[in-house]
Amino acid sequence: MKAPPFQYHRPQTREELGTLLSSLENAKILAGGQSLMPMMNLRVLAPDHLIDINRIPGLAGIRETPEGIEIGAMTRQADILSSDVVKARLPLLSRALEHVGHIQTRARGTIGGSCCHLDPSAEQPAMCAILDAEFIVTRPDGHRIVPASEWFEGLLQSALGEQEFLEAIRIKPWAKGHGYGFAEYARRHGDFAIAGGAALIEASKDGRITRAALLSFGIEASPRRLSDAEAALIDQPIGKLDLEPAVAAARALDAMEDVHVTPDYRRHLAGVLIRRALNEACTTLERQP
Amino acid sequence: MTERSLTFTLNGQPREAKVDPRVHLGDFLRHSLGLTGTHIGCEHGVCGACTVIVDGSPVRSCLMLAVQIDDCTVETVESLGKPGDLSPLQQAFAANHGLQCGFCTPGMLMTLEAFLRTTPAPTEEDVRIAISGNICRCTGYQGIVQATLDTASTKANRT
Repeated sequence: MKAPPFQYHRPQTREELGTLLSSLENAKILAGGQSLMPMMNLRVLAPDHLIDINRIPGLAGIRETPEGIEIGAMTRQADILSSDVVKARLPLLSRALEHVGHIQTRARGTIGGSCCHLDPSAEQPAMCAILDAEFIVTRPDGHRIVPASEWFEGLLQSALGEQEFLEAIRIKPWAKGHGYGFAEYARRHGDFAIAGGAALIEASKDGRITRAALLSFGIEASPRRLSDAEAALIDQPIGKLDLEPAVAAARALDAMEDVHVTPDYRRHLAGVLIRRALNEACTTLERQP
Repeated sequence: MTERSLTFTLNGQPREAKVDPRVHLGDFLRHSLGLTGTHIGCEHGVCGACTVIVDGSPVRSCLMLAVQIDDCTVETVESLGKPGDLSPLQQAFAANHGLQCGFCTPGMLMTLEAFLRTTPAPTEEDVRIAISGNICRCTGYQGIVQATLDTASTKANRT
């Protein structure tokens, strides 16, 4: 089908964007359009106003700052995937992006768009959650920083207010040589994941875990950190990890039901995938000499 | 709705047009410009048939508004070759049975055209990943993959 009629706006500056957001009712921001356009073509959404932010300078790009790596909201997935900085310092994000769509959708799709849309099975917001990203939000009176723990308000619902827009995502990289693992299950490569898991670890010189993060996504309405299982990993020796607390935590989540799978099967997948992710994190960890 | 004016480069030629903002790029190419080589399949971004190249990147023309190509460079399948004078990739498709009904072919060609520019010496797996967003219900993909590998190796041997 075709998108229903709308008024098209193409602000050239953040100020123009701010004015539009403050004055228009039932408006949607058009970033890469790889979720919004299908929803409009299918007439799931019918905004009266479409605000195309593709021409606002400075919203795209990857910068290393003292506070972390800042990825502009309009940075295309293809550009994040080919970034040497991201490959070297945020390898988990690179690894996850290989599973996001296809070359045509990654050429347009943006990290900010995905993080504002918040599909429960989307990889990019999930990676923001496990990496404790900070969302830099521009609002009429300046900026505010929203931690990942407060960004996810529910199914397709972020903490972004109506007059606000996402400026950038800031991520503090883990220590050099940290272990990272990612696993997801989808019917075909590049499809929306039915379930997924991710793990990050750091270890001491004698091979004991000093820091861990675990996450399941596609299971509940928002990506879910497995905090108790993270704590249970601390001090455990690599190679003899007790994976059961992580698996049990993933299997205890309040899994969604949809046309593809039952909640039981989704919980089963959550357990399998967190185990795979954690095992992979152990193999990618660079052991200190 | 108010029409918007746009200027762009299409298959090497500068163009100007007016367009209703709700028209997607695929429909604009077919209905307003008469370039029916681009095929529209699903109109929600899953089949890949409508792929064209915008500013060097392969994109789904059903998920981009025509008004967004203002100041951009667009390439469609019409830019590749003509009957009797096919591009190397098109010739390889013909030689390897890379098409049957032909519906997915323009999207396959434009995806692979863009892909081969950035990945001139791909492996079979690279090619399969590159076309993972393009659905073909006839060929089983084998001929398409072989055509792409042949195009890459022929080009490598020539240079």
